[in-house]
Amino acid sequence: MLTIEGLFTEYQSPRGESVKAAQDVSFTVPEGRLFTLLGPSGCGKTTTLRSIAGLERPRAGEITVSGRVVFSSAKGIFIAPNRRGFGMVFQSYAIWPHMNVFQNAAFPLEVGKGRFSRAAIREKVMRVLTAVQLDHLAEREATTLSGGQQQRLALARALVMEPALLLLDEPLSNLDAKLREKMRFELKRLQRELRITTVYVTHDQAEALALSHQIAVMNEGRIQQIGSPREIYERPSNTFVADFVGNTNFIVGTVASTGHAGSDLNRTVVKTEIGDVSVAGVEDVRPEERVAVSVRPEDVGLTEIRPAGDNVWEGRVEQKVFLGEAVDFQVKVGPRTLLSRQHPTLRTKVGEAIFVQLDPEKCVAMRVA
Amino acid sequence: MSTLAPSDSPTSPLETQAVDRPADSRWDWKWVVIGICVAVTAYLALIPLGFLLWQSFRTPQTAAVDAVFTFQNYVAAYGNTETLRLFWTSIQFAAGTSIFAFLVGTTLAWMNERTNTPFKALFFALSLIPLVMPSILFTISWLLLASPQIGIINLVLQGWLGLEAPPFNIYSLAGMIWVDGLHYSPMAFLLMTAAFRGMDPSFEESATMSGANIFQVVWRVTLRLTWPAIVATLLILFVRAIESFEVPALLGLPNGIEVFTSAIYQAVHRYPSLVGLASAYAVALLLITTAGVYFVSRLSSRGSRYATVTGKAFRPRQIDLGGWRWFTAAIFVVYFLLIVILPFGVLLWSSLQRFYAVPSMEALGNLTLDSYRFILAYPDLSRTVLNSLMLSLGSATIVMLVTSVICWIVVKTKIPGRWALDNLASLPMVFPGLVLGLSIMIFYLNVDVGVYGTIWIMLIAYVTRFMPYGLRYNTSAMVQIHKELEESAAMSGASWSTTFRRVILPLLKPGLLAGWIYVMIVSIRDLSTSILLYSPNTQVISIVIWELWENGQYVELSALGVMFITALFFLVLVAQWLGRRYGVKD
Repeated sequence: MLTIEGLFTEYQSPRGESVKAAQDVSFTVPEGRLFTLLGPSGCGKTTTLRSIAGLERPRAGEITVSGRVVFSSAKGIFIAPNRRGFGMVFQSYAIWPHMNVFQNAAFPLEVGKGRFSRAAIREKVMRVLTAVQLDHLAEREATTLSGGQQQRLALARALVMEPALLLLDEPLSNLDAKLREKMRFELKRLQRELRITTVYVTHDQAEALALSHQIAVMNEGRIQQIGSPREIYERPSNTFVADFVGNTNFIVGTVASTGHAGSDLNRTVVKTEIGDVSVAGVEDVRPEERVAVSVRPEDVGLTEIRPAGDNVWEGRVEQKVFLGEAVDFQVKVGPRTLLSRQHPTLRTKVGEAIFVQLDPEKCVAMRVA
Repeated sequence: MSTLAPSDSPTSPLETQAVDRPADSRWDWKWVVIGICVAVTAYLALIPLGFLLWQSFRTPQTAAVDAVFTFQNYVAAYGNTETLRLFWTSIQFAAGTSIFAFLVGTTLAWMNERTNTPFKALFFALSLIPLVMPSILFTISWLLLASPQIGIINLVLQGWLGLEAPPFNIYSLAGMIWVDGLHYSPMAFLLMTAAFRGMDPSFEESATMSGANIFQVVWRVTLRLTWPAIVATLLILFVRAIESFEVPALLGLPNGIEVFTSAIYQAVHRYPSLVGLASAYAVALLLITTAGVYFVSRLSSRGSRYATVTGKAFRPRQIDLGGWRWFTAAIFVVYFLLIVILPFGVLLWSSLQRFYAVPSMEALGNLTLDSYRFILAYPDLSRTVLNSLMLSLGSATIVMLVTSVICWIVVKTKIPGRWALDNLASLPMVFPGLVLGLSIMIFYLNVDVGVYGTIWIMLIAYVTRFMPYGLRYNTSAMVQIHKELEESAAMSGASWSTTFRRVILPLLKPGLLAGWIYVMIVSIRDLSTSILLYSPNTQVISIVIWELWENGQYVELSALGVMFITALFFLVLVAQWLGRRYGVKD
C-alpha cells in the first residue's frame, strides 16, 4: 500500500546549516495497517512523515501509495501535498479558529478536487462527526472545544475526504495523561473499524506498543529496527532500541562460547562483571566479541530462597520503590545494580539478601561498539 | 460508517481525478500572485531611489539643451557655507523636536503607566485624538495661537500683563520645535508606553528586594532596561522631525529659517525649477534618514538581548503619588489643552468669523456660517473629497494586500533571499514624503506612461510611502499564525491560493484591519507626498487647505479644517468599532 524506498530528507536549520533528518529510510505498510515511527525528538520521524505528506521535499528516494508514485527523485516526480489526498492530524491539531466545528470538518470537501453538493457535504461531515462523537457540537465555535474534542475534530477533518492514507503526527502528545489513555483506545478502535492505512508518529513507546501493527524505531535519521510491538519489545536488535523501548538492564561482557544450532543447549555464554550469563538463541555473535545482554526488569526474577537452574546469583536489596501495582527493587549483584519489577507480595527488606535469576530465554545479547 | 472505509478498488476517485488533470493546472495562481507582488514591491521601492540619484547628476533639461552628466548640483548644494547652515539648522530643528517630544511623551507615559494619577484610562483614550489631526492644521492652529501679530495667546497676555512686545514668536526655531514637538509627542507617548508595559516588573522588584532605593532602581535597572526603547524612540522621532515639511514651510520660511525639506520645496517651486539641486539636497536628507532607520532596525533586532520586550502584558507596579497625583492630573489637563482643545478651539472660532478676528465680545456678535457655505460651494469640493477618499481607501487596500503576500514569503517560506524582499519593502521608510514625491515626479516626467498629472501618480506615491507600515502590521500578525494551520489546509487538498484566501487572510485579519485603518488615516492626512504631485484635477483635501493658506483665506481654511478633523475623528471611531467587532485587539 505505502512503500518508501531510500528516503533522504534534509532541511535548513534557522542558522542555515543543513540538518540530515532522514537517512536511507525504507519501509512498507500493508493495506489497512497502522505503522508507527517511534523515536526520540530529532530522530527524523516527523520529517519522514512530512515527506510522505509532501510538506517536505526529500533529497532522494521514492514514495509510492497504492501504486501511485507521489515522490521519486529518480523520475523527477513531486506531487504537491494538496494533490496527494492524504488525511493528516497535526500535533497542534491546527483547528482553524475562524471556523466553527462543521466548517472545519467541511473544508477538505469544499476545496478538494471532488465536487460535492451542499447536501452531500452536510451528510459526509455529519457522519464523520458522529464517528468521533462531535455531532452534537457541529455549530460550536472551534475555539471553545476542549483539548480532547479538538483532537477528535482534527481526526474528523482528516477522515472526511476518505483519504488513501492517514498521517498522525504525535496526535496525543498535547493531552493530559488520563485523556491520552482514553484517546489511545478510541484511536485504535477507529483505525481498526475503518481499516484505514495509517502512519503514526510518536515518541511515547507505550503509545506505539499499544496501537501499532508494526513499529519502526528511529534514531539519528535512521531506522534501527522494524517489527511488531512484541518483537520490538522482546527481541530488540540493538542497545538503542532496547533502551528506548521500555526499561532494561544492560550487562556488558564478552562472548565466551556460542551455542550451536544443532546442540541440545542452544546457548551463548557471555562473560560479564557479575559472572557468566547464558543467553538463548543468539545467532550473529562470535566468540571474543563485546556484547551487551539486555534483560527487562520484569524478567529479572527475585526469590528469597535459592532457585534451581542456571543464571542464579546472590544479591542484596539496595532500594525499593513502591508503585502501587508493582514494586521496583534495586538489587546489588557483585559490582552491578540490577533493576527488577516484582509483584508487591514480595516483601524482602532493604539490606537483606535475595537471589536473582535471569531466564536465558528472556535475555537478549547485542553487539556493542 | 461503511463509506468511510477504503473502497476495494486500488485507487480512490480522488486520485484518478488528480492524475487526469492537465499538468499545467497544478501551476496554480501561487507564482502569478507572488510574482506580481514581488515585482510591484521592487518597482515601487527601487524606481524612485534610482531616478533620484540619477537626476542629481544631471543638468536641467530644457527645450533647447539636453540634460548631461554633471557634478554641478552637488557643487551648488554643498559647495557653499549656505548649505552648512542649512544642515546645521535641520539638525538643530530635528534634535530639538525629538528631544522635546520625547521628554513630554516619556513623562506622560511614565505617569500613565507607573503612577496612580486619577482618570488615567480616560487620558489614554484621549491621547489618541491628536493622531487624527493633520500636521498642516495643527501648524496653522498654533500659528493662529502664537503668531506675534494675530496670535490669541500673545494678544491676551499682552493685554493682561501690559507688555510692549508679544511674548511668543512662533516664527522662530524655538516656535518650530514647540509645534512639531507637541505634534509628535503622542507618538513618543505610545512608544514609551509600550516600553514601560513590556517590562517585567519583577526586574524592578528584585532590585528593590536586593536593597536598592527608588532612585537606584530607576537609574540602575529601569533606565538600563528601557535604554534600547529610549534610543529607538529618539531616533524615530528624529527621523520624523527631519522629514517634516509642514512646520518648516509654514513657520520657518516666512522668517528665512530653512531646513532640507523646505529647501527642496523652494528649489522645485521657482522658475526655472532646479530639480537637480533639489535632488542633491534630497540625497543628503536620505543619507540622514537612512542612517537613522538603520540604527533603529539594528536596535530592535538586538532588542532580544534585553528582556524588556517580551510581548507579554505585565501588571505594572504603581507608585502612590499621594497628593501629588492631582498635580500630575493637572499636567494631563494642560497637555490636553495644548494639543487638542486650544488648536481645535482656535480653528472653530476662526471658522465662524467673516474675517479673521481675535476673540472679543464684539467679534462674538459677528459669528457667521459664511465660511462653511463658502467651503461647501467650493468648486470641485466633492471631487476633492472623493479623491481623498478613493486615494486613502485604495492605497490602504493595495498596501495591505500586497504586503500580506510579501510578509507571507518572508515569514513562512524558506526561499533564499527573502530577507532582501523584507528590506526592499521597508526601503521607502527612509523616504521623507517630500523626497518621495520629488523622485516619483522626476521619474514620471522622464518616463511618459501617462500617469503624470493623474490620480494614479498619487496612488503610486501613497502605496510606496506606506508600504513599510503595512508590512509591519502584517508581519506581527503573520508570525502568530502557526504553520500547521496552513499545512493542514494543504493536506485537506486546498491549493495555495485557496489556503491564502480561506485560511491565511482570515487569520491575518486583526493585523490586516489595524494596518488598513492606520494607512487610511495617514494617507488621507498626507500633504508632503502630494504637494509636488497634484494637479488641478487631482487635488486632495490637505492640498486645498494648503492652497487656501497660500491665498490667505484663513476663515475658509478653518471651516474646512474643522469639518476635516471632525470627519477624520468619526472615521477613526467607526474604524475602531469595526475593528473591535471583527477581532482587532487594540
